[in-house]
Amino acid sequence: MSATGFAPVRKVIDALQRVGYGTRFFLRLCLLALASLRRPRLVIDQIHFIGNYSLSIILVSGLLIGFVLGLQGYYTLRRYGSEEALGLLVTLSLVRELGPVVTALLFAGRAGTSLTAEVGLMKAGEQIDAMQMMAVDPVARVLAPRFLAAVICMPLLAALFSAMGVLGGYLVGVQMIGVDAGSFWSQMQGGVDWLLDVGNGVVKSIVFGFTVAFVALFVGYEAEPTPEGVSRATTTTVVVASLAILGLDFILTALMFSSH
Amino acid sequence: MRFQRGRVVALIGGSGSGKTTILRLIGGLLKPRAGAVTFEGKVLHTLDRDGLYAARRRMGLLYQFGALFTDLTVFENVAFPLREHTALPEHLIRDLTLLKLNAVGLRGVAHFQTSQLSGGMARRVALARAIALDPPLIMYDEPFAGLDPISLATVAQLIRQLNDALNVASILVSHDIKDAFAIADYVYLLAQGRIAAEGTPAQMQASADPTVRQFLDGDIDGPVAFHHASRRSLQQDLGLEP
Repeated sequence: MSATGFAPVRKVIDALQRVGYGTRFFLRLCLLALASLRRPRLVIDQIHFIGNYSLSIILVSGLLIGFVLGLQGYYTLRRYGSEEALGLLVTLSLVRELGPVVTALLFAGRAGTSLTAEVGLMKAGEQIDAMQMMAVDPVARVLAPRFLAAVICMPLLAALFSAMGVLGGYLVGVQMIGVDAGSFWSQMQGGVDWLLDVGNGVVKSIVFGFTVAFVALFVGYEAEPTPEGVSRATTTTVVVASLAILGLDFILTALMFSSH
Repeated sequence: MRFQRGRVVALIGGSGSGKTTILRLIGGLLKPRAGAVTFEGKVLHTLDRDGLYAARRRMGLLYQFGALFTDLTVFENVAFPLREHTALPEHLIRDLTLLKLNAVGLRGVAHFQTSQLSGGMARRVALARAIALDPPLIMYDEPFAGLDPISLATVAQLIRQLNDALNVASILVSHDIKDAFAIADYVYLLAQGRIAAEGTPAQMQASADPTVRQFLDGDIDGPVAFHHASRRSLQQDLGLEP
């Protein structure tokens, strides 16, 4: 038996150790991501791979969410005779909440899983080992450019998502239902605050970018190098990243909008 | 164990005898619980990260299945160590990479994706990558496993030729006795994590040591038992005895 003996104590120590390891890994990844700016080619390749291939799902989802917001928003606003506020409602919902959150969830499913699986399979194929044997730090060479690329992609994708959503709301609200186009746009223009609404949304999506990228890469890097290990890691990425996004969203929203 | 430049040393032994572990110890991927690995006068496990990386730059390790980077082409795989560790201009990297690929006879597949290679070709590309920085030590982990006779002979000949042409120390891990003996200068036979015997291939062939004989002749009965050690007897496991 071990020297510390008492099982619950050991469990707590183990858990703290894992938290500490994860935190150090995160900080190291952040530093190395900055260093990987010296090799922009690697980062650009990953932006292409991670961002570009996520575009279609993000754009289509944004449009569809915009359609639904247009419909639901119209039915609710009509009760109060304020249909012309539809543009404002759709836009605020998107830039404050749905844009960052839904984009992050989709991103975790689309890009996060592929990052986890890629890194996990590289490990299973001894590629990570081989890189270490070649005196190349795999965290710097493989993980850091992917991390930076994901962090850069997330706010851009969220912005595109919101833009598509506004377009969707416009198509349904104005073109289909017949809300006045002038008031749709002018209410939106007048009611949305750049810093409070758009700015906070961007902050959220940056935080989510760090979250998804870290979870996906960390879980992939720590995956057991077997087929079962990689498949389990992929699932873990979706579950942990999604919960982290939703939890962080609540905390961020409380911090950002509590004083209003 | 000693490994010198210009010699091919074979580590042979059954599965689980510790052959690959020795390669991982030499590469510094594992730390020894006792004893030490000394490489070019430095004790590896006392080195810091930079020191270890500097030492690894002077080693090449050929993995059993090549461990090529699946997201890079053949050319980029071989160019990888050059790009990471040198500041050579692009045209020199290109020339060096093509020369290395030429040395393993695969210049013609430079633009292939790694998924298009056969097992033997992947191993030769990995060999080209392992020698990209002209390391004084090259390690081969089961280079013959799963190869057809022609690929096997090609790889074996390459190992010998590279060893002699580049005057490097070669360590060959294998359980393929015939092919290992054909190119090795010296042989260590490992069994259960220990050196069971050592000598030149000719000495090993002539040995009367029971462990050596069992391994060379492929006998089931001998010092290396067929049954893995078990705490209970078969009769106990089957419930015939208490």
